[in-house]
Amino acid sequence: MPEYLILLAQKHESFRKTELDALAELEQVPVDLSRHDVNTPLLYVTLDSEEDARRLIRRSILVRSIFEVWGRGDSFERLHEDVKRRTSHLWPRYKDVSFKFDVISYRGSRTKEEQREIIESFSYVDFEGPIRMRNPEEVFTIIEEYNAPSVPINDRRVLKDICFGRFIGDGQRDIIDKYDLKKRKYIGTTSFDAELALISSNIGLAAPGKLVYDPFAGTGSFLVAASHFGAMAFGSDIDGRQIRGTPNSNIVTNYTQYNVKSQFLDTFVCDFTHNPIRPSFRLDAIICDPPYGVREGLKVLGSRNTERYADRLPTRLDNGDLSHLQLDYIPPKKPYHFDALLDDLLFFAADHLVDNGRLCCWMPTANEDYGERDIPMHPNLKLISNCVQEFNKWSRRLLTYSRRPRNCPSLESSGKSSRVYKEQFRDKYFRGFAQPKDDWEEKSL
Amino acid sequence: MKLLTANFVQCTVRACGSTPDCFPLHFDQQSPDIPLELAHEDVDYSPEFIYNILPRIEWTALLTTARELGNTQLPEKKPEIENPHAPENEQLLKDLHTLLLETQIIQGSMRCANCGHIYFIRDSIPNFLLPGHLVQ
Repeated sequence: MPEYLILLAQKHESFRKTELDALAELEQVPVDLSRHDVNTPLLYVTLDSEEDARRLIRRSILVRSIFEVWGRGDSFERLHEDVKRRTSHLWPRYKDVSFKFDVISYRGSRTKEEQREIIESFSYVDFEGPIRMRNPEEVFTIIEEYNAPSVPINDRRVLKDICFGRFIGDGQRDIIDKYDLKKRKYIGTTSFDAELALISSNIGLAAPGKLVYDPFAGTGSFLVAASHFGAMAFGSDIDGRQIRGTPNSNIVTNYTQYNVKSQFLDTFVCDFTHNPIRPSFRLDAIICDPPYGVREGLKVLGSRNTERYADRLPTRLDNGDLSHLQLDYIPPKKPYHFDALLDDLLFFAADHLVDNGRLCCWMPTANEDYGERDIPMHPNLKLISNCVQEFNKWSRRLLTYSRRPRNCPSLESSGKSSRVYKEQFRDKYFRGFAQPKDDWEEKSL
Repeated sequence: MKLLTANFVQCTVRACGSTPDCFPLHFDQQSPDIPLELAHEDVDYSPEFIYNILPRIEWTALLTTARELGNTQLPEKKPEIENPHAPENEQLLKDLHTLLLETQIIQGSMRCANCGHIYFIRDSIPNFLLPGHLVQ
């Protein structure tokens, strides 16, 4: 089978394999990604065809490009030997096409002179077509990777791997800029980084014909990202101001800005713990960043004062009118525990996702005391990945779960989670992750 | 709010959740403060999406909603479609597309037949937040 080289972005490394796995599933391209290594941008894979190679990466945010491998080696001598051995039968096919050569170096650089020398060392392939720097029919690329800078020899870094390949296709790194929050018309304090929202949508398998829901939609960052990949998206939020925006700047105008308005279904205002979606309704994916209370305090419907509505009677204004029928009525809200909200979310996802449908949810963790036990679990949801973006004292993780098929009845739900809720992330955040508090309970709820 | 959305939302009062009358929400009684307003908004036609969503539609509820909004043209039984790209299915899928995705409820109110609570829709956005006395 032909070998291909995937050139990955050196960013969000822990998300790269999960994104590619998702795309392989979505595009139904069989591929073994076990050689993925977070320390190198080069990933060699074998694929059935050039068509599969193009499809595997065409939606990827973390893949730069994919190349058909013509040869590789740890020195130019070995590389040339390999190229001659593998591809001499291919050279006549490219004899007359227009082409150009590129040189890409990782952890090292080449002067223009050196690049020209390298390119000329391939003259034996004997291409006679015109060299075109713009829109050539074929691009041949030399990709060099040097060892990490800790081992310099004679002031020059040591070559680790060189690959000579024929360019097949690009991922979608170019759209990160298009969706950049700095250029988005409607944003808020909770708007989510465009690149990671797009990656989340790939991991959530957002695609044409599918229905994607964000229960904490805010200004709709995940909605536009899922819709970019063709999914029909809808969202809700307890904060109506964010859902509505202003007449000229709101979630719908963002959809218009990105020219994906036909992929917008709806938004509505609701509290996740009183969700209006009927139990029998199925969703293809849930992609969200639940509110952990740092930007916006985490609230749900209810009153802090448990006695307040004990009589279950509506409140009346001085003139006798029912206050909740007034257009400016604001319902009472009370604080809620982030871990309880996550458990509610998993419970909801297990009920509403189609078989093998995905829940992608972001969760912050403090680096000081993170452990596997902090990951919420549900018997009907299989945790398929845990990708991490690290900050100084805390991290946020993208947890991805897949709904176990319903015809496996052995794992039916056991009711509400029995987890013991510990100190909330927001409390750790605001005390600066210093000393743990023993008396957090009284303070936080 | 689109008609598709009206087909998957129910009353959010917990005590109503287990009763058959909490779905669908009804458009038959409108408040004079916010008169019912419908609009047509063009949406690109995707046979794939309609085909995928059709099995998830509660047909009887859709008939009720459509009738309350003045559309009595729907067949009594949910149509069964095997191939969304077959020419004989095109008109049906396009009609469903128009009904489910292009019909917008700009404003109005929805009523729960069990508890009688009214949910308002303004600027196409329904509000499902509950007043204090209905939260458990």
